[in-house]
Amino acid sequence: MKKSLVLLLTVVFAISLAACGNNTNNNAGSANTSSPSPSASESAAPSESATPSAEPLSGSVIASGSSALQPLAQAAADKFMADDQYKGVSVQIQGGGSGTGLSQVSDGQVQIGNSDVFAEEKLDADKAKELVDHKVAVIAMAAVAHKDVGVDNLTQQQLVDIFTGKVTNWKDVGGTDAKIVLVNRPSSSGTRATFEKYALGIKTEDLPGSIQEDASGTVKKLVSETPGAIGYLALSYLDESIIALKYEGVEPTTDNVKTNTYPVWAYEHMYTKGEPDAAAKAFLDYMMSPEIQQKDVVENGYIPTSDMKIERDAAGTVTNK
Amino acid sequence: MNLPASEVRSAPAAKERRIPKHLAEEWRGRTYVYLCVLIMIVTIFSIVYFIASRGLAPFISHGVSVSEMMFGLEWRPDGEPAVFGALPFLFGSFSTSLLAAVIAAPLGLCASLFMTEIMPKLGKTVLQPGIELLAGIPSVVYGFVGLSVIVPFLRDVFPGLGVGVLAGSLVLSIMILPTVTTVSTDALRSLPRGLKEGSMALGATRWQTISRIILPTLLPSLLTGVVLGIARAFGEALAVQMVIGNAPHIPHSLFESAATLTSIITLSMGNTTSGSLHNNALWSLALMLLLMTFVFVFVVRMLERRVKR
Repeated sequence: MKKSLVLLLTVVFAISLAACGNNTNNNAGSANTSSPSPSASESAAPSESATPSAEPLSGSVIASGSSALQPLAQAAADKFMADDQYKGVSVQIQGGGSGTGLSQVSDGQVQIGNSDVFAEEKLDADKAKELVDHKVAVIAMAAVAHKDVGVDNLTQQQLVDIFTGKVTNWKDVGGTDAKIVLVNRPSSSGTRATFEKYALGIKTEDLPGSIQEDASGTVKKLVSETPGAIGYLALSYLDESIIALKYEGVEPTTDNVKTNTYPVWAYEHMYTKGEPDAAAKAFLDYMMSPEIQQKDVVENGYIPTSDMKIERDAAGTVTNK
Repeated sequence: MNLPASEVRSAPAAKERRIPKHLAEEWRGRTYVYLCVLIMIVTIFSIVYFIASRGLAPFISHGVSVSEMMFGLEWRPDGEPAVFGALPFLFGSFSTSLLAAVIAAPLGLCASLFMTEIMPKLGKTVLQPGIELLAGIPSVVYGFVGLSVIVPFLRDVFPGLGVGVLAGSLVLSIMILPTVTTVSTDALRSLPRGLKEGSMALGATRWQTISRIILPTLLPSLLTGVVLGIARAFGEALAVQMVIGNAPHIPHSLFESAATLTSIITLSMGNTTSGSLHNNALWSLALMLLLMTFVFVFVVRMLERRVKR
C-alpha cells in the first residue's frame, strides 16, 4: 500500500518534471533548427520580406494585452501559422488588458504588446520611448442606449451632462421620462479612455449607482435589458437589441470614421521593444498584408489603417494623409 | 507485474553497497516528502512576500496613508491627486459574504440534517452528490446565470437596477452551499451514536434530539463550515463582479451598484501597468484580502480547538 503510494507520487513527480523538460526541449529544438546557418539567417533577416522563401523562419512570438484586439490577433495568428511559408514560427496570443501588454513588452517578457491606447498614456515617458508602435487597425465606438429611451442623437454637451451625473432623466435630453442608468467601463479601461477623450473631451468619475463592467458582451447585455441604460460599445457589437446614438448628428459608420467626421475611434497598437526580431517582424508584416487587412480586419468589425483618410497622433492632432 | 523481477535484480546490488533495502526506501520516501514540503513552503512565502512588497509600496513610496486606504470613502485612481479609499470595497466584500452566509447557513444545515438524520439513504445517494456537484461548476457560469436570471428577476420585482449587493450574495450563497453542507454533514456523521440513542431512550422526539442535543454539541463544527463558506465567498471574484455593478461607492440599498475588493481587482488589474501607483494600490487590496484570509483561518482554528475540548 505504502509502496504503491510512493510509486504513484514518483510517477506524478516524474511527469511534472517531464513537462518542464519538454519546454526546454522545445526551445533547444527551435534553436537547433536555426543553428545550421546562423550567419546566413541573420544577414537575411532584414531583407526577409524581399526573399521570403529563401530562409525558413523559426522561433516563437508571444503577444499579450488588449482584449479588444485579441480576436483579430488570434485570427491573424491562426492564418499565419497555417501558412507553409511560416511553418517554423509559433505565435501565441494572450489577453490580459492593455496595461498588461504594455508592461510585459516593456519588460521584455513578450515580443509584442497589444494596446488600445498609445503607450505614452500608460507608461512612463522613458519606457514608452523604447517601444515601437505598429498601428494594425482602427476601432470605432458608439454610445448605445436601451431601445425605449426615445433618443437617437446626443451632442457632446449632453453626453458630458449624462456621464457626469448632471442630467439624470432621459426627458431632459429630449427622450421619454425614464431614469438614466450608466453602464460604464472601469476607470483604467482603454475603451473608456478613448470614449472620454474623443466623445466627452473630459475625464469623468465613477458615480454612485452606476455600473462598471469591462467585458463588451456584459455591457451590451446590461444596456439591452436595463430600462434607461446608456453605455458605449465598439461598432462590431452593435445590433438590433440596442440603439446606436448619433454623435452631434453624425452616424457612427465606418465611412464617417475614415474621414474623422465621426471622431470617437482609436488605433489598435502592437508594440515591440525596439525593432522586432525576424519572427515578430514576419508576423507584423503579415498582419499588415492585404490578406489580413482587407479580410479579417473588416470581418471582425475593425477598420484597416490604410483606409483612413487622416492620421491622428497621441496628442489627438489630426493630419491629412 | 515487473516489480518482483526488478526487485530480485536490484537486491544483490543493494547488498554490495551495504545499504539495506528498507533504509534506502526510507531515505527515498523522506527525501521526496521533504522536497514537496520545501516547495510548498517556498511557494507560500514567496506569494506572501510578493503581495506584501507590491501592496505596501503605495504606503511606503507614494505617501498614501494606511488610514486613508482603510477608511477613505473615495476611490479615484485617475484623479488629480489620486485618492485611494477602500472602505466601499471592504463594506461590499463583508456585506455580500456575510449576507451569503446568512442565506446559505440555514439551507446547508437543513440539507445536512436531512441527509444524516432524516433520510440517510436518499441523502447519500441523491442529495449529497447533487450538492457536491454545485462545487464543481465554474464561477463564470455562476456569474452568467446570475446576470441572466437573478439580475432580471430582482430588477422586475424590486425597485432598482437588479445588480447590487443582494444579487451578489444570492449568487455567492449558492456557491458556498456545498462548503457549508459538506462540513456540517461530516460533523453530524461523526457524532457518537450513544448521544443520540441516549436522548431517544429518554423519550425525546426526533426534533427534541436534534434541537437540544445534536445542534448544541456540534455548534463549533457547524460554525466552522459557515466560516469556511464566508472565506470562500470573500475571495470569490468573477461571479460577483458580473452581478454587483462595481460602482466604487457604499450603496444605500441592497439593489444599488456596489463593489468588492476582488471585483475591483479583476476589473482593473489587466488595464493598469505594473509598477504604477494604481496597480500597486490594487495589490494593497490583495494584501487586505490575504490578511482577511489569515483572520478566517485563525477563526476556524479557534473553533476547531473548541471542538476538541
